[in-house]
Amino acid sequence: MCLGVPGKVISVDGALATVDFWGVRREVRLDIVDEPVEPGDYIMNHVGFAIRRIPPDQIGETLALYDELLRAMSEDDLMAADVRGEINATGEKKRV
Amino acid sequence: MNASSRSPVNGKIALKHGAGGRAMRELIRDVILKGAAPAAFEGVGPDAMDDGAALRVGDQWLVITTDSYVINPPFFPGGDIGRLAVCGTVNDLAMMGATEPLALTCAVIVEEGFARADLERVRDSIHNACREARAAIATGDTKVMGNGELDGIVLNTAGVAFTRRVVTDRALTPGDRIIVTGTIGDHGLAVMAHRHELGFDAQLRSDVAPLNALVAAALDAAPDGIVAMKDPTRGGLASALHEMAEKSGVGVVLDEAKIPISDEVRAASELLGIDPLHAANEGKAVIGVRAQAVDAVLAELRAHPLGRDAEVIGACVAERPGFVILDTGFGRRLVTEPEGELLPRIC
Amino acid sequence: MSEPRAAGLRFQDPKTARRMADALARAVGEIGRAPVSVMHVCGSHEQAIAKYGLRAAFPLGLNVIMGPGCPVCVTDLPEVDEAVALAGQGVRIFTYGDMLRVPGTVKSLADVQAEGAKIDVVYSIGQAAQLARKSAEECVFFASGFETTAVATAAVLLANPPANFSVLSAHKYIPPVMEIVAEMPDTRVEGFLAAGHAATITGWGIFERFVERHRIPVVVAGFEPLDIMAGLLTLVELIRDGRAEVINAYPRCVTREGNLRAQQVLWKVFKPTGGRWRGIAHVPNGNLRLRDEFAAFDARRRFTIDLTKLWDYAPPSLAQSCVCGDIMGGIASPTDCPLFGRECVPDNPVGACMVSTEGTCRIWHQYGGHLNLGEER
Repeated sequence: MCLGVPGKVISVDGALATVDFWGVRREVRLDIVDEPVEPGDYIMNHVGFAIRRIPPDQIGETLALYDELLRAMSEDDLMAADVRGEINATGEKKRV
Repeated sequence: MNASSRSPVNGKIALKHGAGGRAMRELIRDVILKGAAPAAFEGVGPDAMDDGAALRVGDQWLVITTDSYVINPPFFPGGDIGRLAVCGTVNDLAMMGATEPLALTCAVIVEEGFARADLERVRDSIHNACREARAAIATGDTKVMGNGELDGIVLNTAGVAFTRRVVTDRALTPGDRIIVTGTIGDHGLAVMAHRHELGFDAQLRSDVAPLNALVAAALDAAPDGIVAMKDPTRGGLASALHEMAEKSGVGVVLDEAKIPISDEVRAASELLGIDPLHAANEGKAVIGVRAQAVDAVLAELRAHPLGRDAEVIGACVAERPGFVILDTGFGRRLVTEPEGELLPRIC
Repeated sequence: MSEPRAAGLRFQDPKTARRMADALARAVGEIGRAPVSVMHVCGSHEQAIAKYGLRAAFPLGLNVIMGPGCPVCVTDLPEVDEAVALAGQGVRIFTYGDMLRVPGTVKSLADVQAEGAKIDVVYSIGQAAQLARKSAEECVFFASGFETTAVATAAVLLANPPANFSVLSAHKYIPPVMEIVAEMPDTRVEGFLAAGHAATITGWGIFERFVERHRIPVVVAGFEPLDIMAGLLTLVELIRDGRAEVINAYPRCVTREGNLRAQQVLWKVFKPTGGRWRGIAHVPNGNLRLRDEFAAFDARRRFTIDLTKLWDYAPPSLAQSCVCGDIMGGIASPTDCPLFGRECVPDNPVGACMVSTEGTCRIWHQYGGHLNLGEER
């Protein structure tokens, strides 16, 4: 149930930050986030409170994690991928 | 609790019965229209529950429509109740193919204590919107009610116009394309953010605008190519498409990536947990077009300032008549109609 | 304009999602029996699955069960009754949007609002406290939500709230109910997809003992389409390999120890107590109630809430055919309910699962979770 939306911090005034949600700006409270938050940081907002400062390197790490999941899959089963690649026409199997 | 006490229209009328969706159509069908004398004219009558009626007069059709406007707050970003009352009626005429309003009527019911300056503001915007739509108010009515007997101000407008060809909301056939004339959800989200004092700092503005010139251009471009029209007001794109699909007996498949939505509306919808397809529009049309006429209609729409974001968002299919299906790129899901008032989904 | 989204926060690439779906189908196939049943315990997971049409991308052999993940749904009748009674006593009530239509024993807040009670929907409890500050009236925030939302309530109570402001807490704490589901005798659940934002607060470490005790894997997942697909893929791989482990598949928000500051704020204000979850069971430590130090802000202690008028009412008879409990326990699907889509519709809900936009039945009704939409891939 916890509708969370990520946003980018524009400015910080004490325990209040102005956060840009790519089209809408809103004040977000910083009472409960556990790291210092600065302009330019990404945060996860829930009901007007930042619950997490999203470390920028974690975004890349998540993508790497997902790549890893898929790579493990494709190495496991190159045969099946080849078959599917032929069915799906060229180009499909070359995508990493 | 027996079955009848849970039927859609209970002993008392609820707000949902005015929300533009299924509950409202049931109220109209089961309560309002019951016992009406059969229409003594040839054309589109109340049974059609279209945007207006069309009466055969000689070799033309007289299109007639009426609508009442209540909105809290009466002034909102991008417009006010006066502009809404003119545009709403002009657009209802246009959706029937009647793009040159002959005359409008305007009734004003105002609460004791309403500020004169506010009334003058509403009046000015009524007149401005009329100029924009090339429409004129031919007659009107004014009433004042006691304090607390009504919430501020209520407007009613009616409009009449002639047309040679009536466009209904029920003539879609498989293979037809669905065009929307611009970004969706703008009015609904702007009013909601303003009403609930959500503290949003955003360019959320109502799209309220008269569409008759835009629609006239599209109709000129493809006189026989446009087969159905509807303005997606209360209930949003979802309700409009549902009604069109249901009445036409076709399924509609939408490509989510093609549906124009502004960044602001997308962001606000996400924050509030609202489906932008459910949010009201006051300056957009949904147009059903024969496949061969799509390019001509789209080009004409995009050449007009109110249609520059027009897109083909989907197509009609023979399967699953009455259903609206959204292809999200990940999979498909049903689009349903909003039930009751839209509320921020937050907790 | 879309630059920051593209910068990676949205994880919404359909092509990658389809590759993950292929991988998921393969992993389910490798288990060699069907169905493989997993449960998510977060309404927002269901919401995202529905919104993006992901269910159509799940392999047929994978049964993704919606657990008791919607705090609005599990708010018990007497809790709604308390809010309705307070509103009837002339107190101004603030609440989150979808608590408005949750049926109590006799009425919902929407019903008493129609009768003239002062009820305002807010986006944030912070907004409610601000409005209370400007008001001379007694203002009560009817607070629902899991620990993620309860932290916000706690923060407001710690930040010098106005004297006319108090909280009627219906907050719930998720970890105990997972124990209950895991111990249900009929349970088919082979793995849990844990709620990423609740775990942002509590940390994934709290699931370690759970996994040891029940020998059932847990994967913490986020809410973007790729987060969900990756979470399910990871979970199914754990099931396939017979590994009872916790894996954090949402590392950009969740750490092992969680948000320690938020935990401090939460437990300073709230204490866990046992209580009934609507349609589930009595859940030991499943409810969050205000500690004695905050008695002045506890609506239950500040007001005498008179529920005696409700004693004449038996539970509505329809509610007895409602299978909400089984649905939230993962034993039944909405279409197993005789009321679903007939007597019980979003407009006129019988059970709690139809009330909230995150309720299982509401979502199935809204997005057609039971329909095969004939995706031609």
